[in-house]
Amino acid sequence: MMQARDVLVAGEARGPVVALSEPLSFWGGVHEREGTVIDVHHPQHGVSIAGRVLVMPSGRGSSSSSSVLAEVIRAGVGPAAIVLATADPILVIGALVAEALYGTVVPIVVLSPDDYARCASARELEVLPSGRVNLAQ
Amino acid sequence: MTLQLTDDQQALLAGASGPAVQLAMRLVTRMAAVTSAVSLLPITRAHVDGCLYHGQVSLDFARTLAEGGGVVRVPTTLNVGIIDLLHPELFRGPREVAAAGRDMMRHYRAMGCRQTWTCAPYQLVDRPDPGEQVAWAESNAIVFCNSVLGARTERYGDFMDIAAALTGWVPATGLHTDEGRRARVVVSVEGIPLAVQERDVFFATLGHFVGTNVAGMIPAIVGVPTATEDQLKALGAAAASAGAVAMFHVVGVTPEAPTLDAALGGRAPERTVRFGARDMAEGMAALSSTRSQRLGAVSVGTPHFSLTEFERLHALFAGRPVSEAIAFYVSTGREVLQAVADRGWEAELRRLGVKIVTDTCTYLTPILAPQPGAVMTNSAKWAWYAPGNLGYEVVFGTLEECVESAVRGDVWRDDALRALIEA
Repeated sequence: MMQARDVLVAGEARGPVVALSEPLSFWGGVHEREGTVIDVHHPQHGVSIAGRVLVMPSGRGSSSSSSVLAEVIRAGVGPAAIVLATADPILVIGALVAEALYGTVVPIVVLSPDDYARCASARELEVLPSGRVNLAQ
Repeated sequence: MTLQLTDDQQALLAGASGPAVQLAMRLVTRMAAVTSAVSLLPITRAHVDGCLYHGQVSLDFARTLAEGGGVVRVPTTLNVGIIDLLHPELFRGPREVAAAGRDMMRHYRAMGCRQTWTCAPYQLVDRPDPGEQVAWAESNAIVFCNSVLGARTERYGDFMDIAAALTGWVPATGLHTDEGRRARVVVSVEGIPLAVQERDVFFATLGHFVGTNVAGMIPAIVGVPTATEDQLKALGAAAASAGAVAMFHVVGVTPEAPTLDAALGGRAPERTVRFGARDMAEGMAALSSTRSQRLGAVSVGTPHFSLTEFERLHALFAGRPVSEAIAFYVSTGREVLQAVADRGWEAELRRLGVKIVTDTCTYLTPILAPQPGAVMTNSAKWAWYAPGNLGYEVVFGTLEECVESAVRGDVWRDDALRALIEA
């Protein structure tokens, strides 16, 4: 059992983990209809984040990433939850707008470095509204 | 300490000014909580990037705010949209995307935003003064606002930009504060002749180097004795796109860096990075994705071309037409284009075959032919994004190289410049 240092967006989600070794910019980095990583400079180019618990160090780059996160959530190809090592307001705004417009909640939490590392090597995670993060059995 | 709101701010959050402002205030206060701000501060202007269509959500959000009675509380300019409203025939994308983009642009107009449609709001006649607190979006605009104008903005993005404009409030944190504007690292430019430093590619590759090597931090750059606004624009845009740099200081040039000590706020830098001739040569090579000599198009004006850049472009063409094999695009804002037209340059450039795009940008939206062949640019930002966004091969070069190549019909390289760099 792990407890988030910060609950940026509270909610409940569960899913297989996709762990990114580098920060990702949603804008220019994620396909808006397919939810795959399309940034050719990114080491995980080609993987899908749709329905996964996205574990990545932080967001990156463009201020348009809020829109792209909200759009993939709207299209049903967004991540189930996002687990970060560093808080990112741009992702939080995207998730909040998706929640306000479409009622879909994608929880976002920030973990300590140790817990973050455990999540990055986990297969499946569960995120609870309290900020509790469980390794799924 | 948690966020403290005044009674007026609480009232906005409770819906006293309608549902649009309430939603906007929820975004502002949540961002304040995420960034550990304890209060909000008032802004005097906003620049909105959310008017670019990124999918259905862009339209849904704009419509929700406009129909919810949202009206901006401060003068608000608009970044580019997905189509060129003055020259809509240039758009090659799906018709429904153009229609949705146009619809969205209408909603932002209904909320009282100025129809500027430029990613370079700092080139408008009316622009922020030093020290002014503003909320700007678009990474190149943000970095220019902080670094060159000396006005203060955080890195606002889609949704937050219009939320700030509708409420007039932003979190009192980060780049809005003195402490948040202090340089933490030094980038020392060494061994690059002044004759090289005068060229646009020097600033673009330096910016790309800064973004790659000090991502997310504020650097103080030393060893660059002079720079124009166009050059600082190229530097900032490259640093922002490659590494989320929201502010830089050039010691002796930018307004908050009269001395290195002032830029660092009297403290020691966390580290010093050197930028030399080899870094510049490597950077120039890295920004080209192909070594092909064959060229299909040239694209300049990312960020939007300024009046002085048009003056230079006009002089470089010197009446020579663009080769029939090449499509030459310049992206700019409509206010700058008006000034270009007033000088007679627009008509002459068009006669030579130059295609001028306003209100949008060629790296965001399908304007170039689907398979244009390699595209040449002097913009590090365009070179960085276009291969991924649009699938183009890119040849990076100076504005002189862009123009000469366009006139000749294949890639022309300025060997004298390369010899200077490698000397």
